[in-house]
Amino acid sequence: MPIHNIDIELETEQLTVQQQLMLREALEKGLPISPQPYLDIANSINAQEAQVLNQIDLWQNDGLIKRFGVVVKHRQLGYTANAMVVWDIPNEQVDQIARQLSNRKEVSLCYQRPRRLPDWTYNLFCMIHGKSRTVVEQQIADISEQLGLEHIKKDVLFSNKAFKQNGARYRKRIN
Amino acid sequence: MQFTSLQQSLINRYQKGFPLTSQPFKQIAQELNTDENEVIAAFNQLQQDNVLSRIGPVFDHKKAGASTLAAIAVPIDQLDEIAERVNKFEQVNHNYAREHTYNLWFVVTDSDWLALNKTLEEIEQVTGLAVLVLPMEASYHIDLSFDVDFSQAPVKRLEN
Repeated sequence: MPIHNIDIELETEQLTVQQQLMLREALEKGLPISPQPYLDIANSINAQEAQVLNQIDLWQNDGLIKRFGVVVKHRQLGYTANAMVVWDIPNEQVDQIARQLSNRKEVSLCYQRPRRLPDWTYNLFCMIHGKSRTVVEQQIADISEQLGLEHIKKDVLFSNKAFKQNGARYRKRIN
Repeated sequence: MQFTSLQQSLINRYQKGFPLTSQPFKQIAQELNTDENEVIAAFNQLQQDNVLSRIGPVFDHKKAGASTLAAIAVPIDQLDEIAERVNKFEQVNHNYAREHTYNLWFVVTDSDWLALNKTLEEIEQVTGLAVLVLPMEASYHIDLSFDVDFSQAPVKRLEN
């Protein structure tokens, strides 16, 4: 076998499980803003740049990574009004209504979650980010009216302070 | 806050599909008709201004490990102190005050459900308060990319 083929195989050899954990930990903190950020990360986990790039690509194809790119802080961009709208929707209608809600451009996230009776009666959660409380309140009123949801019990929880806004850290604590 | 047109492009065009190539900032520079140093400087400035959280992956919660939304009804005069105790857990990423009886809302992630449940118990012990645990059952909106409208951005800072 010609030598250059061996080189390519060596370069794209899969990372060990330990290296994968370390790579995830490094990526969760964010890429260094340097000319060759993947090389920097590869060096820090004793791997090759191509292995790192390959692994990220694999994770994207698997769906483990939903997107890869710039993560902004909405608040600093002027999106200071952040409302969590919670709805108490009959179970048999959740799926249909959730699809309608998630199609609205104002809605940035839409999740179904369990009720915790008697303390918590809501089963559908939407996030709406806007530049002012008035705008967001109007958006919620419009959505509710246009989708015919006025009869459904809901609550709007504006956030008035962010105590923490980090990326998730999923890693097993190794030490 | 004011943003240069380069910064605006970086924010709105690279929330997904950030180049997976040896010199990603150079590639972005080529795509935006500028040079690599400008792109690196613009990202550094966004980071300094606390606008950039990071450049990296957003993981699928279900595939990446265990994760849940959680809430606590905190007596209002203790909110800052309890929030601080909750923040001390590195498993807690987002943590917000919200206007409701349940006034502290946070996301807890861990490697698996066993570890996550243990963390939730620890949070209850440390705060002395019951935690409402609301894991995701279905997700209807998975694209977190966020189109930022710069046209009416409030001007908070004048250039000196």
